[in-house]
Amino acid sequence: MIDKADSLLDAPVAPAAAAEAPPPAIAVVDLVSVLDGRPVLDGVSFDVPRGKTLVIMGPSGCGKTTLLRHLIGSMRPTRGRVELLGHNLGELAERDLEAVRRRFGILFQSGALFNSMTVAENVALPLREHTRLDAATIDVIVKMKLELVNLRAAANRMPAEISGGMKKRAGLARAIALDPEVLFYDEPSAGLDPVTSAEIDQLIIDLTDKLGVTSVVVTHEMDSAFRVADTMVMLDEGKVLRTGARQEFQLLRDGPPTGDRASDLIRQFLTGSSHGPITDRRLSGGYADDILMAAGRAGRPLWTGWR
Amino acid sequence: MDAASTQSRRLTHLGTRGLDVIRYIGGMALLLQETARAAAGVLASRPHRASAAAHLARQVVRLGIRSVGIVALVQFFVGVILALQMAPPLEPFGYVSMVANIIGVAVFRELGPLISAIVLCGFAGASIAAELGAMVVGEEVEALEAHAISPVRFLILPRLAGTVIAMICLCVVADLAGCLGGYLSSLLVIGPAAHLGYWARIAEQLTVGDFLTGLIKAGVFGLILGLLACFEGLRVRGGAEGVGRATTMTVVYTIISLVLVDCLFTVLFFVCKL
Repeated sequence: MIDKADSLLDAPVAPAAAAEAPPPAIAVVDLVSVLDGRPVLDGVSFDVPRGKTLVIMGPSGCGKTTLLRHLIGSMRPTRGRVELLGHNLGELAERDLEAVRRRFGILFQSGALFNSMTVAENVALPLREHTRLDAATIDVIVKMKLELVNLRAAANRMPAEISGGMKKRAGLARAIALDPEVLFYDEPSAGLDPVTSAEIDQLIIDLTDKLGVTSVVVTHEMDSAFRVADTMVMLDEGKVLRTGARQEFQLLRDGPPTGDRASDLIRQFLTGSSHGPITDRRLSGGYADDILMAAGRAGRPLWTGWR
Repeated sequence: MDAASTQSRRLTHLGTRGLDVIRYIGGMALLLQETARAAAGVLASRPHRASAAAHLARQVVRLGIRSVGIVALVQFFVGVILALQMAPPLEPFGYVSMVANIIGVAVFRELGPLISAIVLCGFAGASIAAELGAMVVGEEVEALEAHAISPVRFLILPRLAGTVIAMICLCVVADLAGCLGGYLSSLLVIGPAAHLGYWARIAEQLTVGDFLTGLIKAGVFGLILGLLACFEGLRVRGGAEGVGRATTMTVVYTIISLVLVDCLFTVLFFVCKL
């Protein structure tokens, strides 16, 4: 089984197929991001074909959020490039970047609704700012978007008056207000009950299947990830550990340990096991050295510390 | 060797603090420049003009109208105090009637703008910093950017313009409240020498220049107050603790800056005989 997975993962792309493929919606090429002198992303590369859903996953602190910030143009790469809908985001002037931003939407982890506005006003904001539609038309579009996320009844409520799941759905309605070509989701299922989580997943699938939206989902929730993904990227310590189709990751998850560190690390992450390379790495943090150094800083040997 | 290294450490610390101050002022200057650019953009675009006017009106109401009562109250009592403090030393010289002249100059030129700004700083400056800080923490500012909406145009410009307009209007209210406080204490406590012809003496003493210098100060104080509050709010990092720190620092930095700038203004107006 694992042999099959490995063969799938390592299989080269046929040159003829690659030549015929349309340009990807997103291309990340050798992306390096250094923050406070520390490389957070180190040579990250992957593509997202148009109309497909990519899931980015990885242990906490592996650089997922930083990668998302690069994908939406909030951060400029230290090296490498991020191409979104054919534009190299790192080279765009602020005005051109704004034009690209109008073509994508983003659902933030907390929903990031504007607390001083009602749910409907939140959804209407991008339409008011970027279109010349009259108020009545905007009102109709807002109702349609809220209906899509099953939130029409909460249109006039303030964000403080609705639940976390409703906030996320309202955030999604706002993200799709301008009918974007690309949608980014930051932990769309985090903190939601299973039913709401499944509903959000279904929305992501519908938007991709019915409207041809390209989606990038950053998530820790494996059930959700396997529901929505066409392709997956596994990040670890700022590097891409593996990219591949959902089925390839499913084979890894369901198969036995292989002895290959990368595969076992991915497998541990996918199964949520408490034993494996991720746990081993966390435990081998030089604990004894840390204690001895702390004792040294205190100016006395460890063995007399208790006196 | 030890003394030299201590001195070197102190110099390094001093240099680092100096650089921090320069960086802070530079950051505020950049924010002001971006806000001015956003203002020019708004004036040039009709759809943005309409929404900006609505946002500005909301901020003027929030920052200005709601502060009218407290500013008037504080300035009224300042007028009362000033009159009661000035009357005894003037009495032996037979100049109690000059209380009105002193209150007129002190309130219109100095205390009107300064006290209004200090009250507004505690009332609105801290509120702006906390609001923007909470928006940063709640990813709202990032969401605006991601939706191609400039946070400077959408959030900073109305607040900054709002504080300037609110400060100028509040200064007029504060001037009148301060003089009224002086009049009532003259009428009820000091005696006829002070309250008879009180308003006429104020009108006689003051020039248009006195009134305008007060308003100019008020406008500049509003700009400093708004800019510091917005800058501190946008700099928030680290959740609720960061928001609390931003509100405190806004009040502290604003009061220091207001007194410093007020001193500079006073020197300038004195030298230019304004």
